[in-house]
Amino acid sequence: MSGLVQETSPTTGDEEITNYTINFGPQHPAAHGVLRMVMELDGEIIERIDPHVGLLHRGTEKLIEYKTYLQALPYFDRLDYCSPLGMEHSYVLAIEKLLNLEVPERGQYLRVLFAELTRICNHLLNMGSHVMDVGAMTPNLWMFELREDCLNFFERASGARMHSAWFRPGGVHQDVPLKLLTDIADWCDGRLPELFGDAMSLVTDNRIFKQRNVDIAVVSQEDAIAWGFSGPMIRAAGIPWDIRKSQPYDVYDRMEFDIPVGTNSDCYDRFMVRMQEVYQSARIIKQCIEQMPEGPVASTDRKIVPPKRGEMKQSMEALIHHFKLYTEGFHVPAGEVYVATESPKGEFGVYLVSDGSNKPYRCKIRPTAFSHLQAMDFMCKGHMLPDATAILGAIDVVFGECDR
Amino acid sequence: MAAVLHSAPRIASNEGVLDTLTAALGDKVVAAKEEHGEIVITVARGEIENALRALRDEHAYQQLMEIAGADYPDRAERFEVVYMLLSLTKNHRIIVKVQAAEDTPVPTVTTLWPVAGWLEREVFDMYGVLFEGNTDLRRILTDYGFEGHPFRKDFPLTGYQELRYSEEEGRVVYEPVELAQDFRSFDFMSPWEGAEYILPGDEKASETPAPPPVDKPKTTENAKDTGAGAKTDAKAAKESDDKKEEGK
Repeated sequence: MSGLVQETSPTTGDEEITNYTINFGPQHPAAHGVLRMVMELDGEIIERIDPHVGLLHRGTEKLIEYKTYLQALPYFDRLDYCSPLGMEHSYVLAIEKLLNLEVPERGQYLRVLFAELTRICNHLLNMGSHVMDVGAMTPNLWMFELREDCLNFFERASGARMHSAWFRPGGVHQDVPLKLLTDIADWCDGRLPELFGDAMSLVTDNRIFKQRNVDIAVVSQEDAIAWGFSGPMIRAAGIPWDIRKSQPYDVYDRMEFDIPVGTNSDCYDRFMVRMQEVYQSARIIKQCIEQMPEGPVASTDRKIVPPKRGEMKQSMEALIHHFKLYTEGFHVPAGEVYVATESPKGEFGVYLVSDGSNKPYRCKIRPTAFSHLQAMDFMCKGHMLPDATAILGAIDVVFGECDR
Repeated sequence: MAAVLHSAPRIASNEGVLDTLTAALGDKVVAAKEEHGEIVITVARGEIENALRALRDEHAYQQLMEIAGADYPDRAERFEVVYMLLSLTKNHRIIVKVQAAEDTPVPTVTTLWPVAGWLEREVFDMYGVLFEGNTDLRRILTDYGFEGHPFRKDFPLTGYQELRYSEEEGRVVYEPVELAQDFRSFDFMSPWEGAEYILPGDEKASETPAPPPVDKPKTTENAKDTGAGAKTDAKAAKESDDKKEEGK
């Protein structure tokens, strides 16, 4: 080629700047499990997010239809494996509502106590991982130590660290020893505020943490309602909505506690709401231990709650009840109920349809993360790519529950 | 109504709510009931969007918490789509339902609540209910390229496809499900509760012919008829005599 070639700038002719699409997950440490997000980015600004969920779908609801009511209970532990007892709570209450079954007071207190312990346990994990997502390591390790204490308490009550299957229709499975209650009370007064306070002192006023969270993913109150938010997500938006307070179940109506709300509805507020909830939960636990009466921990209706082993060795009738309950199971009157409780992550509901047999006809689980995750798209719009992890951390998503 | 003994969440009183809502919704309502403390209103399929809009705007049910599907294969319109509404201000919950078949789409409610988008996608994925007007009705929970609607009652629990990592091909392969043992479904319903099958052994009852009639039916009216022998007869006769005397 002869002649002069006009020199062109390397960038001219490049006017067509296209957005590009990247894949976040499904194997990403900040995705809190198996979440795949297809992100459309303009430079480092997020234009659109399409979360793909369902990678952990195990068909729990279908499996439950093939199990008796009692056999279906352990599936609930495995939904949100960070707060197993919170899931069981909705399910047992739904069954009790259909049966109209009374739970003895001690059983109710024990349930509330351990539901709150679960809340602390869940928040410790979530806050730790949220902090780690935005770059800090230490608080997570410190809070894991506290979480370990919680798991030890669960183990002492039920025999299992995580998948307790301890709440049963009619009460709880076993009574707890007195020493466990005193140990929990000591822990709430001693180790918990001390270690938790230490960990939080590193985070709450930390400049980097605030820069990563303040004013990120601000959601208006109208949006929070329209997108079906619940739990800390709706409280951070300044709506004082807590099912424990407004629709009390078990003995929550006797408990004195405050509902922390946010003012700015950003990721920082969500974090702070959870932090305050830990202290409030500790308050509830102490009140439970103080007020807990003696007595049976589960209903004495032998057509629903099986007898204890000692009784079985002496009474023929108890033996028959035991056999019938662990083979056929109990029958639940036909009907449908929707029971939602305040799980640590928000409203966890169970829509239970019974046809009068010993198996649920339909058990729809209302996960908390499903609606929150759906809002990822509009919450992330216009934010930077690294903010997505902070937003995801503040949602508090666990895929066992989201995908079911 | 029976006294409330359970300790499930206590919402604001249901009193009068059912009447108010059925009156307000008018002819959109197909059926309404209050059972187990739950208000359940079934509305006409085409009117679901209008009914929910009225409930949201005029009756303060601000939040749509959940949409559940349910399958009743015996019905003409086999599916139910169940909407759980929550009122934050009135502290109350209601359940609204519509019925649908495979080929009758339900109007979407994404126009009222953006959260309905994924909830409708889930019902579509699991049951195959179509939502008219939902612009993003993709599968959500099942695998990419999945076929069928797994929560239908006629879909087997084990499914049709299984996948494994194939060492030879170096990728995940899909294969038809092969079970080493059949899925065991135990029937615990007692035969007195209307079992519709023949109990093992009962089939012989109809096969075996009735025994032929006898001239003189065997009875044991007195001690001689027992056939135990003269010695025992004498003894028994004596004992019965003793008893007679005692009776006197």
